[in-house]
Amino acid sequence: MKVGVVTFPGSNGDYDSYAAVKHVMYEQVEFLWHKSADLKGSDLIILPGGFAYGDYLRAGAIARFSPIMASVVSFAQSGGLVIGFCNGFQILTECGLLPGALMRNTGLRFSGQFVHVRVENTRTPFTNSYRPNETLKIPIAHGEGNYYNFNGDVKKSEQDGLVVFRYCDTNGNINMQSNPNGSVNNIAGIINREGNVLGMMPHPERAVEKILGSDDGLKLFESVRAALATSRHRAAAGKV
Amino acid sequence: MSPASQKAVVYVRLKEGVLDPQGLTIQKALSQMGYREFTSVRTGRFFELDISANGANIDDRINEVCAKLLANPVIESYKVEKLK
Repeated sequence: MKVGVVTFPGSNGDYDSYAAVKHVMYEQVEFLWHKSADLKGSDLIILPGGFAYGDYLRAGAIARFSPIMASVVSFAQSGGLVIGFCNGFQILTECGLLPGALMRNTGLRFSGQFVHVRVENTRTPFTNSYRPNETLKIPIAHGEGNYYNFNGDVKKSEQDGLVVFRYCDTNGNINMQSNPNGSVNNIAGIINREGNVLGMMPHPERAVEKILGSDDGLKLFESVRAALATSRHRAAAGKV
Repeated sequence: MSPASQKAVVYVRLKEGVLDPQGLTIQKALSQMGYREFTSVRTGRFFELDISANGANIDDRINEVCAKLLANPVIESYKVEKLK
């Protein structure tokens, strides 16, 4: 597995993703500078957390026009695996690779804490190592993670199994108390229809070793490794 | 002096039905201050654009930047006001 982690001006989760891949997964990883269009032969692209371009205008709104994003979009369109954590998720919705939008948390506060999420779909390249409905303890750190889309569009995403993670309590129950930001249907992470682009507000890359408080995020990286070992997603690498 | 010969103001707001927690908080504050007649507040923002004299198809160009960058069409609508 060869992972490319994009660094935007204002990214702050790029080293977390880098460390998770290099020092915990023992896989290859490279930083990709936002001004370059070169994906360096990566077979997984990570858009990290942070505040790309200061979150000016809207979170992710400016970052999506970076030179690197044109390459990321065509990589995704040819089937390459792309993950956006937090700010990366916001960039993916802004550039249209994922449906919906991320709005200000309903409580208006930045929220940094451990939360629980339930794995809603394990038939994805990002979650194949989890058990169905497994409950994960993973941190969040965002002020604009309130996932929103219009009723009909949310229904369609639900029907098509695009919702991958949902905020829940420690027992896996989905309720209002366990929703940290007002997201519709407690949605914490979603994939595109083709199944190769994942966006999620929680930070699995910050939960990969027990010493960090949880290693529940590790299986996400293991899932991708397993998917890449077997499949068609690899074909996209090198095309861009 | 810049060669701007036109100005436009773009107003961006959340679409009807999209929750505006900031507006809601402001409305609650007003109500607590005794201004109970203001039953709803919706926030938004505006952009002032100076446009150079040699710009062609300027209306289309303004709409383009609104849809591409200034507003997120998933949740926001916009209105353009051109000033002389």
